[in-house]
Amino acid sequence: MIRALLIWVLLATPVLALDPSELLQDPVLEDRAREISKGLRCPVCQNESIDESNATVAQDLRALVRERLLAGDSNTEVVDFVVDRYGEYVLLNPQTTGANLALWLAGPAMLLLGAGVAGVYIRRRDAQPKEQAGVLSKEEAARLSKILDD
Amino acid sequence: MITELGHFALVLAFAVAIVQMIVPLVGAQKGWRSWMAVAEPAATAQFLLTAFAFAALTYAFVVSDFSLRLVFLNSHTDKPMLYKVTGVWGNHEGSLLLWVVILTLFGAMAAWFGGNLPPTLRARVLAVQSSVAVAFFAFMIFTSNPFLRLAVPPFDGQDLNPLLQDPGLAFHPPFLYLGYVGLSMSFSFAVAALIEGRVDAAWGRWVRPWALAAWLFLTIGIGLGSWWAYYELGWGGFWFWDPVENASFMPWLIAAALLHSAIVVEKREALKSWTILLAILAFGFSLIGTFIVRSGVLTSVHAFANDPERGVWILLILGIFMGGALTLYAFRAGTMEAKGVFSLVSRESALVMNNLLLAVGCFVVFIGTIWPLVAELFLDRTLSVGPPFFEMAFTPFMVVLAAILPLGSVLPWKRAKLGKQAKALWPVFFVALALAALAWAMQTGRSALGPVGVFLGAWLVFGAIAELWTRSGKGEARLRRLKNLPRADWGKAVAHAGFGITCLGIAGLMAWEVEDIRVAQIGETYTVGNIEVTLQDVQQVQGPNYISTMGFVAFGRDGEQFSQVTPEKRIYPVASMPTTEAGIANGFLRDVYVVLGDPQSSGGWAVRTYIKPLANWIWAGCIIMSLGGALSLTDRRFRVAAGARRTRRTPDAVPAE
Repeated sequence: MIRALLIWVLLATPVLALDPSELLQDPVLEDRAREISKGLRCPVCQNESIDESNATVAQDLRALVRERLLAGDSNTEVVDFVVDRYGEYVLLNPQTTGANLALWLAGPAMLLLGAGVAGVYIRRRDAQPKEQAGVLSKEEAARLSKILDD
Repeated sequence: MITELGHFALVLAFAVAIVQMIVPLVGAQKGWRSWMAVAEPAATAQFLLTAFAFAALTYAFVVSDFSLRLVFLNSHTDKPMLYKVTGVWGNHEGSLLLWVVILTLFGAMAAWFGGNLPPTLRARVLAVQSSVAVAFFAFMIFTSNPFLRLAVPPFDGQDLNPLLQDPGLAFHPPFLYLGYVGLSMSFSFAVAALIEGRVDAAWGRWVRPWALAAWLFLTIGIGLGSWWAYYELGWGGFWFWDPVENASFMPWLIAAALLHSAIVVEKREALKSWTILLAILAFGFSLIGTFIVRSGVLTSVHAFANDPERGVWILLILGIFMGGALTLYAFRAGTMEAKGVFSLVSRESALVMNNLLLAVGCFVVFIGTIWPLVAELFLDRTLSVGPPFFEMAFTPFMVVLAAILPLGSVLPWKRAKLGKQAKALWPVFFVALALAALAWAMQTGRSALGPVGVFLGAWLVFGAIAELWTRSGKGEARLRRLKNLPRADWGKAVAHAGFGITCLGIAGLMAWEVEDIRVAQIGETYTVGNIEVTLQDVQQVQGPNYISTMGFVAFGRDGEQFSQVTPEKRIYPVASMPTTEAGIANGFLRDVYVVLGDPQSSGGWAVRTYIKPLANWIWAGCIIMSLGGALSLTDRRFRVAAGARRTRRTPDAVPAE
């Protein structure tokens, strides 16, 4: 029983991501392939790059990337090739075109805005008359005397 | 029977929560002491009832009562006892119950330790806290009841998700929830203060321990999750910028901002309305996190128990609480007048910068996380936002934050001269620069990431040490004075140093990792970096509820073996799911990390080997950061009555000015 189970287990175990047999002979090309793979999302997985995923599609895509590289494509050509077929979805690094500009500029814009507001705030704090800091308002004075009386 | 009692206790707790939400609030408004006094026993009762319900559910898991639907779906008789217990919160319903237990625990603690709060404020805080509990009780009882029975109990259960059968992940949720839910306390304090219409230094002092505690637990929770990802997912990555990870990271960033701005409220009575806003938003991000994790709107590696219908509930809760609190804020924020005056170069300004950077950082993470959703709904584009975006858009803010931190933390309040204060930091700057140059010289042709990270890390760590040194004054009594510094000062230095250590770890791991993928024959030795790796054997091993393919790998150096590890591929037959367990030889300066792959047709096994420099520093830094938080929490200032602080101050402490 255990033996049968073990055999079944061994057969059922999925291919682990990036098998040595997939690697290219040329280390420079292989490095480029890895670099590209890390930026491409596996289309059927939850949130993994094709470099990490052990899904069959990811394996096919890894092979495709290496195939294109061997055919002499540049990195951008390979990525464009994949995006043409699988859509923008596979790009882990979103494009900087069109509405996506809003995504890329949101952070810096917010920083400028925040810095502006903070600057005005600090300026105003700075300009306050110095004495005001130590003076109690009427209610506070009343509350203080009440506390002291207790 | 026990299950039914638990179910009953849960419903009863719901009823108590409703009473606690209404009666003290009315009492505080009308000034009726007896009505306000309801809050305290109600909070205790609520906690005890919910805790009993949780205990009942745990009991059902421990005895494997498969007539309970939840136990059937998430447990199995063969499972080790540890995972039977942790299975209680390894699913949607159970984790929601844990969430509510912690929520009521915090409420009860506010009741127990809130003796020095003004009675109206305390009544309102407890009422607001209870209103959050009401929402979650309703959510649980009406949509996700953990106590549902099965008409025909099956013989055995379906087992827990194998990924969750791991010590790192088993204790990850409780800490994370302590953090998430801890932020509900700051929220309650903020809303209560808005109703009350008054925020003063005392408020800052009351709210800070809660924010600090929440932040400290979030740090531990996130650290555990990241450590788990490191050894379990088989890539040795520590952070994937996954929506679920971001969901916990956003509240962490805001909580960090909050606990710093609360200091300004406490010490200088400035930044009041901003602090209130942060307190509201921090809890808002907790709720958004809950929404992301449980609704399944965003795809993630980690999400489990997804259900869009639950998402609608959480969105509703989010809408009510954020909408309500922010409306109240809009009406009342104007009345909170700042008192403290400070100049451009001062501790206050530095803390404003800290808040700005943390808040904008959080905003970037938020935009990046929800952008795929926005693009799909409004732009009709299906796209992904992955690690490359976050690394490029988020990291700069943290780099700036780390760069100004040591300087900002030595500036005195009110008014400072940069040159004078910076004097103590010049040596630190040069040491950090020298270390960075060393790192630069030792690496060839790599990115600037490593040296920059080393500089920032060293700058933070030595900066924290230099600060303590300067604070202890001069002369021979220095050591004694150092010992007598307030715990909060120690906590601050320790937490900042921890942040630096995490920076060092991240930089080391990202810049200097070595990877090797190959087919290894059994008995063959190969070298990766300067480590000799030998795959000695591969065996089939039977675990309690899994079958493992276990490799025995030896690591050596100069012909001498220094460590043996056992990377595994496990398969859990009941859940029919495989997991990988990496074999890791931990070291102070580097980890050697090995993952076993598939057997090859040519004989031998696919093996991936990594050298991960400074990997442990990432989590060591997290531990040190949370230790710093804990140290600060024990400061007596938080325990003595408000106002008594000035007169009873530790005589030896040197004032910051």
